[in-house]
Amino acid sequence: MKIVVCIKQVPDTTEIKIDPITGTLIRDGVPSIMNPDDKSGLEMALQLKDEKGAHVTVITMGPPQADLILREAYAMGVDRAIHLTDRKFAGADTLATSHALAGALRKIDFDLLITGRQAIDGDTAQVGPQIAEHLDLPQVSYLEDLKFDGDKTFTMKRHIEDGYQMLEVEAPCVVTVLSSANTPRYMNVGGIVDAYQKEVEVWGFNEIEVDEKDLGLKGSPTSVHKAFARGLKPAGELYEVGTDEAVGIIIKKLKEKFILN
Amino acid sequence: MNFSLTKEQELFQQMIKDFAENEVKPLAAEVDDLERFPIETVEKMAKIGIMGIPIPKQYGGAGGSNVMYSMAVEELSAVCATTGVIVSAHTSLCAAPILEHGTEAQKQKYLPKLASGEWIGAFGLTEPNAGTDAAGQQTTAVEDGDNYIINGSKIFITNAEFAHVYVILAMTDKSQGTRGITAFIIEKGTPGFSIGKKEKKMGIRGSATCELVFENCIVPKENMLGKLSKGFGIAMKTLDGGRIGIAAQALGIAQGAINETVKYVKERKQFGRPISAFQNTQFQLADMNTKTEASRMLVRKAAYKKDAKLPYSVDAAMAKLYAAETAMEVTNKAVQLHGGYGYTREYPVERMMRDAKITEIYEGTSEVQRMVISANMLK
Repeated sequence: MKIVVCIKQVPDTTEIKIDPITGTLIRDGVPSIMNPDDKSGLEMALQLKDEKGAHVTVITMGPPQADLILREAYAMGVDRAIHLTDRKFAGADTLATSHALAGALRKIDFDLLITGRQAIDGDTAQVGPQIAEHLDLPQVSYLEDLKFDGDKTFTMKRHIEDGYQMLEVEAPCVVTVLSSANTPRYMNVGGIVDAYQKEVEVWGFNEIEVDEKDLGLKGSPTSVHKAFARGLKPAGELYEVGTDEAVGIIIKKLKEKFILN
Repeated sequence: MNFSLTKEQELFQQMIKDFAENEVKPLAAEVDDLERFPIETVEKMAKIGIMGIPIPKQYGGAGGSNVMYSMAVEELSAVCATTGVIVSAHTSLCAAPILEHGTEAQKQKYLPKLASGEWIGAFGLTEPNAGTDAAGQQTTAVEDGDNYIINGSKIFITNAEFAHVYVILAMTDKSQGTRGITAFIIEKGTPGFSIGKKEKKMGIRGSATCELVFENCIVPKENMLGKLSKGFGIAMKTLDGGRIGIAAQALGIAQGAINETVKYVKERKQFGRPISAFQNTQFQLADMNTKTEASRMLVRKAAYKKDAKLPYSVDAAMAKLYAAETAMEVTNKAVQLHGGYGYTREYPVERMMRDAKITEIYEGTSEVQRMVISANMLK
């Protein structure tokens, strides 16, 4: 079985602090990490490799420094790493990003494509499903678990709001994985020693199969209108009254805000 | 001249810090309190290659450097000095001498199991009457056909209770003093070999420090490590390497105490201000950090020289001397800055202070390091 996992380098948002004066994010000195959902997706692929044998490829689109997460993936046990980087990809929104990734994936033979559910820097959860649409492949999002029958059928446990769904899907297909699906393994020390001896394939526009107008800023129908820190809500009003009176006050307030007629 | 870590070392540091924080730190207080050997941590370390960092890949190790190994001991010790010394004794005192002095057959037999962490290693030199004066060995090994018969005992042996392989020193010719000492590899379960009393210690309380007892212990000749009567040289070289490990352990303890103290002084308020606002606190922290960083440079330099196959004996002695005394000083200040809370087991700095003391004693006391350093100056 051949598996491809899409991974993204993101700032570690648990380490980000807000500038108290400007209200903007302080990115200086914030470490970059492999996106947690993607790392769980990678772990899922490596577990399939351990259990059934599989060839695992990771691919990322990003600036040169994103090489680090590909080396990390090598140290965790992947077989091949591809770094998609080109000035033509710059300024991409989710749609343009998914076009670039789909363009690269057209050049790779796979049975299963895994992406994380969403990245902690943008939280859109769009790229995985968009790739599936571009490639015209079945997709299952929000995966908690996945089993392979050894032939061509995957049994999947999909998280939904009030429970889960069990699905059977045939290869090739696309899945997006939740970080709660598993605990990713640590990099192996021997793997780290070898990680920088291995080749990371660097692919640009010329290596992939995509229409140039779908890429970068030109291919991005969305743009950021405004970014701002959420203001603090003022302290609420406190009433120390009995239940009947409290109900009356709540109804009055809801009417004032036109929530109740 | 370059003080930067390589990309590979940076990646390694990221992994080992995560591992220490998530897998080792949560157990540190319990391991100390119950004097419990953290076998589950050893199993986790084994799985990802931490038990065989500087062992070449051909013998099942990670093929990493001594710089990486020292970084591992440092990061592990920053959260749990017991875990740090388990790795240090296993790697520097057992796997390393077999790698450096063993026959090809010995390397093939022992290194893959040690490097994979399936087996834990230990080292036995110290005896009740032979500490710094290693020439006072009373354990004897007498030739008997294809075997040696060993009698005597070793004390203060790290990992003893949980080890599977021991490198030990014994007198094969008492009349020759240090020139009559020979090294042997002894496996757990060898007839006549048993584990004696377990020590109750001030610090590194989880590291299972015990006595090794040899009563007509029969060891096949092929288990001799190095040549006959060359054991003293092997022991001294082994301790040179071991000192990098213990220096890294001391460095880690100091850094761990700093990390805890920086967090505490920002939270603790007295006279209406966090105590970090007081100049005394700031000056203490500055001294603690400067000495710890100086220790780190000495440790990394010694490890680098070992990797580069340059003489490193004096560098290792200086690294161990300075890092150990720094660990003691820094942990003492850390407790002081924590005030009364620092004296309780609610905070980890009292444990770190107890753990720090041993680094001035084992694998050559600070006095021995001064002897090594000055002897090189005056020769």
